Amino acid sequence: MAGYVVRRVLIMILLLLLLTAAVFFLFSLLPADVARLTCGKICTDQTIEMNRMRLGLDKSVLEQYWIFLKGLVVGRTFGEGPAAVVCEAPCLGYSFTRNEPVLDLIVARLPPTIFLAMGAFVLFIIGGVSVGVYSALRRGRWQDKGVMGASLIGYSLPSFFIGLVAIYFVIIRWKLLPFPSYVPPWEDPVGFVQTMILPWVVLAILYAAFYTRLTRSQMLETLNEDYIRTARAKGLPERVVVRKHALRAGLTPIVTAAGLDFAGLLGGAIILETIFSLPGLGSLAVSAVLDPDLSILVGVTLVTATFIIVANLIVDLLYAVIDPRVRPS
Amino acid sequence: MSDPFLVVEDLNVSFPTEDGLVQAVSGSSFSVEQGQTLAIVGESGSGKSVTAQAIMGLLNRNSAAISGSVVLDGTDLFTLKDDDVRKLRGSTMAMIFQDPLSSLHPFYRIGDQLIEAVQVHARVSKSAARKRAIDALDHVGIPAPDRRVDDYPHQLSGGMRQRVMIAMALINSPSLLIADEPTTALDVTVQAQITELITTLQRESGTTLLMITHDLGVVADMADEVCVMYGGRIVEYGSVDDIYYRPEHPYTHGLLASVPRLAAERVERLDPIPGNPPSLINLPTGCVFHPRCTRRADVPGNLCVTEEPALSASNPGHLVRCHLPVGARTPAGGAS
Repeated sequence: MAGYVVRRVLIMILLLLLLTAAVFFLFSLLPADVARLTCGKICTDQTIEMNRMRLGLDKSVLEQYWIFLKGLVVGRTFGEGPAAVVCEAPCLGYSFTRNEPVLDLIVARLPPTIFLAMGAFVLFIIGGVSVGVYSALRRGRWQDKGVMGASLIGYSLPSFFIGLVAIYFVIIRWKLLPFPSYVPPWEDPVGFVQTMILPWVVLAILYAAFYTRLTRSQMLETLNEDYIRTARAKGLPERVVVRKHALRAGLTPIVTAAGLDFAGLLGGAIILETIFSLPGLGSLAVSAVLDPDLSILVGVTLVTATFIIVANLIVDLLYAVIDPRVRPS
Repeated sequence: MSDPFLVVEDLNVSFPTEDGLVQAVSGSSFSVEQGQTLAIVGESGSGKSVTAQAIMGLLNRNSAAISGSVVLDGTDLFTLKDDDVRKLRGSTMAMIFQDPLSSLHPFYRIGDQLIEAVQVHARVSKSAARKRAIDALDHVGIPAPDRRVDDYPHQLSGGMRQRVMIAMALINSPSLLIADEPTTALDVTVQAQITELITTLQRESGTTLLMITHDLGVVADMADEVCVMYGGRIVEYGSVDDIYYRPEHPYTHGLLASVPRLAAERVERLDPIPGNPPSLINLPTGCVFHPRCTRRADVPGNLCVTEEPALSASNPGHLVRCHLPVGARTPAGGAS
């Protein structure tokens, strides 16, 4: 097992390296002149050329990539002399529109995104899985049909629609909550919950619909398995048969989807963060597109993709925990 | 004489489906004395497995319509509440299934699956239950049971898995054991071992055994009585000697003629029964076996097509469902 984990981690590191290359070269193909973008309002040909030198854009793409990789490990300095800008390791790049290292910008924006992802995740996993089980146990009856219909609606509605409708009714019409303005939970726990509760619920509804359907179909499949009949023949109460035997057996695809969805959410829920004015990774990416600031976009893309790759590894390791048959002996 | 231990009376099971009503079991009645073995024999789709699951209360009441009565040791199981039947499952009556690989949960250690079977019916500590699990594995002939107890099902061979299933069924010393084709999914070399194990354990414990099989060869050594099913009906029912030496129903003759015999003096041709088992949605009129019956010409008129024969005694304790006159039921060639 330990050897398997080490092997998987090594493969993951290789993947991450490939990822930096892919992202870096993709962005270098963009028809945008970064030297001009970072130039500012009063812009002469001379300053553009100076910028080009400072950013290292005069070098070949391969050389730039090497400098970028080195920056990740040992840090890098933009320019020379007293005007030089130091970006400490691990350097994901430097935003000249905001005069901050990209990594610092991302780290500052991570907490709201992480809180949003975790809260919604807990809600939609618990909600989706339990409603899915309930629906499967009442297959074909009106409860099942109702749940399936509702989940289809939840599945089909776009997040901006549910988000805006929720804001309109809950905040504007019924005045149940104040207008969202993010505060960290350690500063104002009540204000934090008041801000987060709507985006949590809206995000959870969108995802729960999918998990309800997935869990239902998994349960319908496993409930027909021979070992479920064995469990009943042993005299186990139906509750134990469903939870311990059927649900456990149908868990693998749910864990896969949940891992990747959670990682995806860590990359920022772009639309919902914007609607609920949460200063998270998603809204950072949106403002970087509008500025435009390519260095931030490269950084956000890399970090988001890294989350996905790490989540993939964790999911694969979880398989072995769930299913002894895939455990390497 | 005491009442039989298990009495099944006029059992009917049907499943409403989109294609029509599947009449899986029609008016089955049989009984087994305590400690005896009744074999239910038939092809797939004859209703033998459904009969077993109806007795165990394993059929889903939402999808199956069940009528009749099943009386186990004086208790009518169909009048009990679901939860009371559940408490009998695994303790008073237990079942072994056809495919041990798919019948064991792939994610749990066999020890945990055995411990669960103990703890659901008795308040015992986990360590005591584990000890019982190891003893049970030892009893069914699993070598090094104290290590095997921590194995997962996929780490065992097919025969070992079926031994685990047997250990699991017998761990609470049930008085009724139902074995549903327990050797069908196993290698031929292992089949005899498992059959012998079941027989030995049954004699040892005095358990009443309901053996469900399509293999008449297995039946001869194990059963006291045999019940031959076809198209959801019992077509012949009698002692093992009646069925083997004095079979009367043309279907039983056909079954016996299609069993290979190693001890035969000359190489015999196997005689398959022509045709396929009937669709349980559109059962043939009259005698359900008539489309495949080779003796139809011997029955006067069109009786086989128009009227279903009753299950009636030709000799005491030997019931046959056939229109042929009693004296004419042994074919001219004397196939058996």
